[in-house]
Amino acid sequence: MPLPKSLKEFFENLKELPQTFQKSFIRHDKPTSDRARSQIIFGNSFLHIFSTRIHRYSLKPKFTFGLGVIAASSFIILIVTGVLLMIYYKPSVELAYDSIKDIQFIVPGGRFIRNVHRWATNVMIISVFLHMARVFYTAAYKRTRQFNWVLGIGLLALTLMMSFTGYLLPWDQLAYWAVTIATNIAASFNELTDALNITEYFDPGSLMKILLLGSKEIGEDALIRFYWLHCIILPIVLVMVLAVHIWRVRKDGGLARPDNIKEKELEGIPKDPLSDKTFNYAPEKTYGLMCIVKGESNAVERGPEQTVSSWPHMMIRIAALFMITFTFICVYAYFVDAPLKEMANPVVPENPAKAPWYFLGLQELVSYSAFMGGVGIPTLALLGLALIPYLDKEKQEIGRWLRNKESRRVAWISFGFSAATVIGMLIFTVSFGWLRNWVPNIPQLVITFINPGTVLVTFFVFWSFYCMAKYKSTRMAAIALFTCFLVAFVILTYFATYHRGPNWDFYWLKSQWPVH
Amino acid sequence: MSSTDQKGHKRDYQIDSENKISRRKFLKLSTIGASITAWTLTMIGLLKFPKPALLPDVSNIFKIGKPEDMPVGTKKIIEDKKVRIVRDGDGIYAVSLICTHLGCIVSKTSKGYQCPCHGSKFNERGDVVAGPAPRGLSWLEVSQLPSGKLVVNAGKKVPAGTKYVV
Repeated sequence: MPLPKSLKEFFENLKELPQTFQKSFIRHDKPTSDRARSQIIFGNSFLHIFSTRIHRYSLKPKFTFGLGVIAASSFIILIVTGVLLMIYYKPSVELAYDSIKDIQFIVPGGRFIRNVHRWATNVMIISVFLHMARVFYTAAYKRTRQFNWVLGIGLLALTLMMSFTGYLLPWDQLAYWAVTIATNIAASFNELTDALNITEYFDPGSLMKILLLGSKEIGEDALIRFYWLHCIILPIVLVMVLAVHIWRVRKDGGLARPDNIKEKELEGIPKDPLSDKTFNYAPEKTYGLMCIVKGESNAVERGPEQTVSSWPHMMIRIAALFMITFTFICVYAYFVDAPLKEMANPVVPENPAKAPWYFLGLQELVSYSAFMGGVGIPTLALLGLALIPYLDKEKQEIGRWLRNKESRRVAWISFGFSAATVIGMLIFTVSFGWLRNWVPNIPQLVITFINPGTVLVTFFVFWSFYCMAKYKSTRMAAIALFTCFLVAFVILTYFATYHRGPNWDFYWLKSQWPVH
Repeated sequence: MSSTDQKGHKRDYQIDSENKISRRKFLKLSTIGASITAWTLTMIGLLKFPKPALLPDVSNIFKIGKPEDMPVGTKKIIEDKKVRIVRDGDGIYAVSLICTHLGCIVSKTSKGYQCPCHGSKFNERGDVVAGPAPRGLSWLEVSQLPSGKLVVNAGKKVPAGTKYVV
């Protein structure tokens, strides 16, 4: 008896199930044509933030060093490990420290996951800083990209806030005293209001502190608030800003690149034979950017175009960078444990009580004046950075590392100038002290505004204006100022890491610290 | 409201003239106004949300014992209250050990006090000698209960030099 037709069809469908399922899942052919390669990118909801074609110049390793991808990769690693750590972490003053100990010693793989989380933070911070420097020195913040630079500065601030709220959570000695110091920095606005004697009527400092702590003292409410910031608010904001940041790069037509690219500069970068061709009429070109970008996008009668398909050329590089980042962090995390100090002791701070290395430059500034070092100078620096593209609108080549001799000269001289002033200032402060050592009754307001930190900032600003006048260029002024701040940040961080000991006194070596 | 256009057809709306506002514009403005008001008031209400009306703080007032237990010349540190009690010939006073710079706990040295976090230095009286602290260590109010026990109110500062005369 022959099978009924419907039953036959059913068995046939069953037999074809793997193929039909796959076809319904991936709705394009194998990536053997430009069309299919484009479809992989724009048909995938996760990949379609990228464009389907990428300019060969953007793949040049010595142009970007993959820093943005490394930063984003470490952020993805941080999300995954962070979510894992949340399974065991208990945000309570009594339990937090023990739960970290549990993660460290009892949870299988817990120590490794926590180490990865901690060291990925370091990789993210370093790569974010270097990425910023790359974008600055290649002038990639110009021409329609101004606002994306501002978003980048926002991401830098968010990264630092994420890291800060993160190391508070173990509720160890570092955490407790970091919360103490940070919330008092938030309250340090009353250094100003106190000096003006208006704190009684106008006290935004204390309000900030209460909002952060949920109380006047550090306790359960403070921990929950920082936990909430670290696990919910900051990651959501960071993901959203990051998405816009990447999206806008695409909308600006990919990474910044010079107008005249020589073939020599593209040596060793994969090439699409089709992109060498000059298309004479539109239908000949079978691929597009699939989005409208600023600038001259019409490729007809304009060639060579010098783009390659993003799949596989860009994706394979992103994957490689992710793997390198991940491997590096894993190897490091296998051998080096994340720090965990003694349990929080509200009565005795550590001596010295040092923040993680990336905040030590700030801690050095704070040791001159709480308000200026903790609020004034960082705000000025972030604001100054964010405004660079709006104050330096000079037309110039973008996408090359300090290409003309003059800008390299300014960068090197600024490097020397900044190093000399910062080191000079540190030597001076260590050997002679500051105003209060000479005039014991000096009003606080004078120290708030005239301290080694503000003096350095003043030097840098003057230097920048000098360069502006000398080279008649706002770009040169920007290079001077940016270099000065970068160098100062590095030197201050180094100095506070290695040469500050108990009671924040100066020591050449850690072995000279007094034993107690 | 109605008007007649050039061809004599009647219109049931008024074109924006100098003095009168059209219905469309009126509705538009009132909608915008109402939304802005609603959003602003909601936001102001929400802004108060993170600041509880009663802060979960423990009392800052604590007893330190009877004056008889503290002969002239007594100097002691009450660690968990972060305060130093001194009795000299003039009276009894309490000096907070919380650094006025960023809240670390200062430690006693031979010359005075020193902060481990950012290096502020204070003299025996609590005045700033060096470092970033904006003012001297706080002197706290000392009073006496009817029972004779002395009480320190760590929430209430008094001018430096104020001593409780027993």
